[in-house]
Amino acid sequence: MSALSASSRSAFVGPEPTSSDLARTRARSNRRLLVNGLRLAFLVVVLGSWEIGTTIDATHKDGLWMDPFFYGRPSGIASQLWTWIQNGTAQGPLWLQVATTLEEAVLGFLIGVGLGVIFGAALGRIRLLADVFAPYIKALNAMPRVVLGSIFIITIGYGIWSKVALAVVLVFFVVFFNAFQGVREVDRVLIANARILGASERQLSTHVIFPSALSWILASLHTSFGFALVGAVVGEYLGAIHGIGIVIATAQSTFNPNGVFAAMLILALVAITAEVGMTWLENRLIKWRPNAITDVHI
Amino acid sequence: MAAAIELRHVTKRFLTPAGTAYTALRDLDLAVQEGEFCAVVGPTGCGKSTTLALISGLEPPSEGEVRVRDEIVRGVGRDVGYVFQVDAVFPWKSVLDNVATGPRFRGVNRRDADERARDWIKRVGLAGFERYYPHQLSGGMRKRAALAQTLINEPRILLMDEPFSALDVQTRTLMENELLQLWSTTRASVVFVTHDLEEAIALADRVVVITAGPGTVKGVYRVDLPRPRNVAEIRFQPEFSRIYQEIWNDLRDEVLVSYERTKRVVS
Repeated sequence: MSALSASSRSAFVGPEPTSSDLARTRARSNRRLLVNGLRLAFLVVVLGSWEIGTTIDATHKDGLWMDPFFYGRPSGIASQLWTWIQNGTAQGPLWLQVATTLEEAVLGFLIGVGLGVIFGAALGRIRLLADVFAPYIKALNAMPRVVLGSIFIITIGYGIWSKVALAVVLVFFVVFFNAFQGVREVDRVLIANARILGASERQLSTHVIFPSALSWILASLHTSFGFALVGAVVGEYLGAIHGIGIVIATAQSTFNPNGVFAAMLILALVAITAEVGMTWLENRLIKWRPNAITDVHI
Repeated sequence: MAAAIELRHVTKRFLTPAGTAYTALRDLDLAVQEGEFCAVVGPTGCGKSTTLALISGLEPPSEGEVRVRDEIVRGVGRDVGYVFQVDAVFPWKSVLDNVATGPRFRGVNRRDADERARDWIKRVGLAGFERYYPHQLSGGMRKRAALAQTLINEPRILLMDEPFSALDVQTRTLMENELLQLWSTTRASVVFVTHDLEEAIALADRVVVITAGPGTVKGVYRVDLPRPRNVAEIRFQPEFSRIYQEIWNDLRDEVLVSYERTKRVVS
């Protein structure tokens, strides 16, 4: 008996690293170096050909390969960003635009996730509610919800709340369906086991159903912050005082492709930062799971 | 003395997705005495697991009555422990939290529950693994955790549904011996479902053979082998083979019936 546990324990603690282990570690770090190098090379090639394609002209009789008037130019994007950082945009300082969009996206995300989890869990647990509301939810989900943006701007106005509302609507359905499915898909045996062990209905929810649904819900958070950002930017684009969306709209109407690309770059940075944060949160909340998600991280 | 578990004329029907009724058990009578280790064997799909679901109160019978310690079963009772065939430990809880779950559900405060859990983790041989999550353990270790999780509630009625069928033969024999040793200290009334006749005879005081579905009792056999038993060695005793042959004569027909049926479904 004790022999068994001792031998199985060694599988986890592991013996001293051998030379082949060290070789494997070295091979892995070499590989990472190679991957990062190739990534950098790819970026240089793409940006370089873009820059050169929009610059080389004088000697060429047909003029430019790509007209920077339409396609912008990396150096132009950089100087546009620098101008915004130094002098601000037409809508005011750059940080204010970023902060406004971020505020709308985060508020929309939080409210949407909250409502999505509550309604998803409730409908997943209570069969009658699910049966009653199923057709309405399907109908609402089938509708292209971005068009609601116009309604929100008319009813709520040009302030941040019309954008928050649009973000909420976009986020809600993603989270709702995942929470609903998560609650429904709980292993029957785990529920039976909890009931035998003496769980009350409330304990069943907190100890079994919610933790089990959590991995579904968390998986939806990745996509839903993206949706919150879409809601905020599209809302601003339709009409706003501040925000990245209105910066893009202004750049578009003044035929300034560098401005559009610069704003896109800022949005991408915001989205990537959020993604990193979400992965961190996920790994903290479901540390019981085999590293399915961190493994994807190359 | 009243029996610890009593099933009287129990019939259980399920509604199939197609809308027809499927009879899993028909007119089943079974009694298990206080402190008795009773094994239930039968071919696949004969309603062995259904029997346990009825005793535990997870499922109500369609007809007849189920009594546990002389009370009609209505819903899940406090005295019952249930070890499932598949992994039923909670994957999001550490071994310690998993084992402490029962007492926590039953209102014991965290400190006392953890203390009792540590004791049981030691008893099933998992000391040192308190902080591990189930996915970090081997199948046998998960089964030990499940056993501790069930036994910590000190159930008077212990239901086991092919608990060791997923384990390799060596681990299985070890676990069987450990189960007998743990049981000898608690003396709960056990209903142990298995399709493995050797396992049934090695462990039980009494073996009940269930017919191919719809299940009903085909025969009951006493196993008068002395305790404490060593599961690994008891198989070599002449008395063991005599009992085995006697029961196998009954069981063989049922296994054949069930086999013929699956063949017909497949072809």
